Amino acid sequence: MAQAQPIRTSPQPDPGESYLLEGETYASMSSKIGDVPLVSPLQTSRGWLVGFTISFILLMVYFVSIGWLFIKGVGIWGINIPVGWAMDIINFVWWIGIGHAGTLISAILLLLNQGWRNSINRFAEAMTLFAVACAGMYPILHLGRPWLFYWLMPYPNTMGMWPQFRSALAWDVFAISTYASVSLVFWLVGLIPDFATLRDRAKNIWAKRIYGVAALGWRGSARHWHRYEMASLLLAGLSTPLVVSVHSIISLDFAISQVPGWQVTIFPPYFVAGAVFAGFAMVILLMAPVRKWYGFENYITIRHFDVMAKVMLATGMVVVYGYFMEVWAALYGGSTYEEYLLYNRLYGPSAWAYWGLLFCNAVAIQPLWFKQVRQSIPALIVISLIVSVGMWLERYVIIVISLERDFLPSSWGQYNPTFWDWSLYLGSFGLFFTLLFLFVRVLPMINIFEMRMFLHQEQQRMNRKKHHGEAGHGGATAD
Amino acid sequence: MGQIFPRNANLFVRVSIFAGLLGATTLILLIAVFFRSNAYRQVNVAIEQPVPYSHQLHVDVLGIDCRYCHVSVEQSYFANIPATETCMTCHSQIKTESPDLAPVRASYASGDPVLWEKVNRVPDFVYFNHSIHVNKGVGCSTCHGRVDQMPVVWQTQAFFMGFCLDCHRNPENYVRPLEEVYNMEYVHPANQRELGAQLVAQYGIMPPDQLTNCWTCHR
Repeated sequence: MAQAQPIRTSPQPDPGESYLLEGETYASMSSKIGDVPLVSPLQTSRGWLVGFTISFILLMVYFVSIGWLFIKGVGIWGINIPVGWAMDIINFVWWIGIGHAGTLISAILLLLNQGWRNSINRFAEAMTLFAVACAGMYPILHLGRPWLFYWLMPYPNTMGMWPQFRSALAWDVFAISTYASVSLVFWLVGLIPDFATLRDRAKNIWAKRIYGVAALGWRGSARHWHRYEMASLLLAGLSTPLVVSVHSIISLDFAISQVPGWQVTIFPPYFVAGAVFAGFAMVILLMAPVRKWYGFENYITIRHFDVMAKVMLATGMVVVYGYFMEVWAALYGGSTYEEYLLYNRLYGPSAWAYWGLLFCNAVAIQPLWFKQVRQSIPALIVISLIVSVGMWLERYVIIVISLERDFLPSSWGQYNPTFWDWSLYLGSFGLFFTLLFLFVRVLPMINIFEMRMFLHQEQQRMNRKKHHGEAGHGGATAD
Repeated sequence: MGQIFPRNANLFVRVSIFAGLLGATTLILLIAVFFRSNAYRQVNVAIEQPVPYSHQLHVDVLGIDCRYCHVSVEQSYFANIPATETCMTCHSQIKTESPDLAPVRASYASGDPVLWEKVNRVPDFVYFNHSIHVNKGVGCSTCHGRVDQMPVVWQTQAFFMGFCLDCHRNPENYVRPLEEVYNMEYVHPANQRELGAQLVAQYGIMPPDQLTNCWTCHR
């Protein structure tokens, strides 16, 4: 038993102030968080209905865009040789990058025993799942014949063929499907004790039954908790390499090719850092309003935003290093095409995108060095929005600008997105926010049992600190 | 707090895990079997033709060569369906009063072709060329089966891509000497692999990495 000491219950190492505000109890947390999904459907708040309606309309925009795509084919987009990849792949990489913050929070921060993750991990994991859903649709939709997407899976087929295992596009399939399924299982397993809480708190018999089935017979016995901790530990171990591997493999879609601007060895770590960067920006963007609307200021405190802003700044600086290395490789590499690519990025027809990305991802995050900025919600929202745009521009620069100018000037081209490019992108927000609104309506958006445990740990830590402080003070006077 | 589930709920949930897995597996298998089935692919299903023409009679009993009617097979991608005039080369003299041949005579008189039903099909996106195959030693019966034994023609192969690739990957297993291409009774000799390898070299058949290029069949 000794070696199976669960991470969650280990003492918190953090020396700083408490992450939770005063005056909370186990019961107050359970009711505050747990009662949100248990509101009767007829008493759903008006704000939720308005938000859900807007998201649902955007979801319909998504379906119309997909329907028209199925009827007419990818010709409705602005892509054409030489720019065969554009908004479809930009948005794919953008969405899947956003998902990475959730996995980092749920897996790596769990293994590192960072207690503050408890307040945001459920929401961030949900964000991951929905972002992966949005992302996963794009590679399927851009296939040309999307209904044959299952050809990407290796199954014994009548064609007598396997997928091309040497292609990074086949690796994508495995990377994303593994990522989606592990994230889903991790998220659902994390929900089991909370489902049991909801089952026990629900008044309506059907709510009791539905949450009861989802709780899988959870009764909170010591044996249940022991197995649960082992399962989370194993799943966290499985997810940890995925944080790094998924976006690395996606970066290989570009890096194993020969296109100038794609064939860069720094791509895997640079993409992973960019993904976490964009993901934390999105977590901040989503958490700020949610905590306000649902009155969760006691659980998701300004200190959480401070920490998230620090992660964003750190990963952002890694990304800036990546930009620097791209420039360096172009200047030092001695390849005419790479040099021209740099020139084209700086002064070519799409230079606005490169300068825009430098502003958004390198300049706009610099205020985060200051504590006042990190602890100001409006400032963080503005910076996170700029970062989200910046990360989109980064993919635009990498994908489109590189393809517009490849080796032969005779095959240069220009990409102009069409209405359907934009409507599909806008529509994917509909899918994302529809799922997110449903999530906050029917599931506890903060992990209730982890918060109760975290409250206990924080109280212990504060007590220890108080005693320690008094002892230190006493020692000083004796001297 | 009252009980919200009956006592056997746990058993039900446990069984449903296995039942769900079993159900999903069975469904996938059934779909896979269905799309491979001869019933779905119309394999071994005799197709009724406007004229009760028998390959068995004409090829096996009377000994007419394939190329007497399918003239273009050695020059063209398409092994043509014979024109009414081809039938009439004999049937203007033989069985001139047969009621079975009435549509042929009507066609000859009016000039409108007999609407024969196509039996062996490959999809639109497959570029298949008969001439290259018969000129490199692939026999008729390898793909079409013993047409000389068929009173009414049916498909003997589902023409899955795997079937094509089987030979494109290992042509030496299937090629025969050119003079045996139209021999319906040809049986591969015991030393087919050696003979095949020799014929592959002799006929200049491309190596498998070129024969299995996507572009070879999908243009």
